[in-house]
Amino acid sequence: MAFHEIVVTVNRNREQLAVPSNMTLMRMLREVLALTGTKNGCSAGECGACTVLMNGEPVNSCMVLAAECDGAEIITVEGLAGDKQLDPIQDAIIQAGGVQCGFCTPGVLISSRALLNRNPDPSEDEIKEALVGNLCRCTGYARIIEAVKEAAKIEKEKV
Amino acid sequence: MVTNTHPTLPEFDLIRPVTLAEASEFLSQHTSNARPFLGGTDIFVRMRDGYIKPQFLVDIKHLDGTNEMNFDPQKGLVIGAAVSMNRVIYSQDVGENYPLLVEACRSVASYQLRSRATIVGNICNASPAGDTIGACMALNGMLHIHGLQGSRLEPVDGFFLGPGKTTLKAGDIVTGISFPLPPQGCAGTYLKLGRNKLGDLSLVGVTVLGNNDTRKQSEFHFRIILTSVAPIPLRAKDAETYLSTHEVNYETIRQAACIASEMSTPIDDVRGSARYRKSMVKYLTETAITAVWKKLQK
Repeated sequence: MAFHEIVVTVNRNREQLAVPSNMTLMRMLREVLALTGTKNGCSAGECGACTVLMNGEPVNSCMVLAAECDGAEIITVEGLAGDKQLDPIQDAIIQAGGVQCGFCTPGVLISSRALLNRNPDPSEDEIKEALVGNLCRCTGYARIIEAVKEAAKIEKEKV
Repeated sequence: MVTNTHPTLPEFDLIRPVTLAEASEFLSQHTSNARPFLGGTDIFVRMRDGYIKPQFLVDIKHLDGTNEMNFDPQKGLVIGAAVSMNRVIYSQDVGENYPLLVEACRSVASYQLRSRATIVGNICNASPAGDTIGACMALNGMLHIHGLQGSRLEPVDGFFLGPGKTTLKAGDIVTGISFPLPPQGCAGTYLKLGRNKLGDLSLVGVTVLGNNDTRKQSEFHFRIILTSVAPIPLRAKDAETYLSTHEVNYETIRQAACIASEMSTPIDDVRGSARYRKSMVKYLTETAITAVWKKLQK
């Protein structure tokens, strides 16, 4: 099987890697770079647990080949927080109690961050639509939605 | 079949040709074991489930023009094969001139899947349930195909031969899709029945595009496309003709919906029974035509 030389920026670190054709971005993150915050749920692009930002847009990392990431900028849940401070959406989800088992949380955080980046003041329906691809089996949706609203509010106050 | 809950992708070689000619040639030389590859949202699932085992995936996302989207107020819209559905949804030109296309794209899965999914991929996958196919047929979409003998155009209506089967020949690559300007003052809608409100595959899909047309006896022209209810996306031509030749009112709309339902040949599967689908075709077609008709009267 062919290997591909790639240079990819992950959480602001430049990585030079040789990846096999069939390696997904998710496996590269978890197995090569040991960034296990990104979860493997369904491997079919349905559950959203593996969601990461690729060039600013959320993607299911189980549905992207590592070889396609040459030159790309990836942000995983590990890269959301700054050095000393959590991202407002991380703070908000803690405050709202939007985490139970935590398996869906990394993907939820990334999708929510992407939503707030493109729409700083989303309605409840817009939040629900943006999180359609992030399944939570602890049924914590109500508090997740609360958290996104709260994060939007906090960010608005900061501006 | 043994179900592996976390199947990894089977081995294959990713090929990245530099030109379309090179890609066509490679695909034609490996007809049984190479496939073109865009967003991967369908092909990866089928590979993981063991339905297909290509030895080569040929990435066509960087080839001539596949990444471009252009709207010309005189000629219409061209969407490259590699343009993601989200790019289509957030394009102002598309939103203003082809809202039906936006509505169809928006109904597909989730935001993060639409970052990768493409309209051309949705069409080439040739699933009878493809969500964007109805809109592409209703808007007279033309596929731009690059083959061994050069380039050609083919209408989306007529492209499908069966589930997963199209008119594409060895070495053919769909590089984009174009749409003429939509009929003046047209209105459309895509009604999708899934098991839940958002994000699911369709059990029944009904696309209706209508416009005022004085050449028709009824002065209305409706295009009606049914998806998920036949081996290929189905244009309900008999229902369209009925509404062109009869005065449009609640009664004739109901009759047209019955004709559409009779034309559908759904199957029983895990998502729903044929009987249920057939009756939902009737209900959704009636609802869709009524909604479009009301928009046209405004």
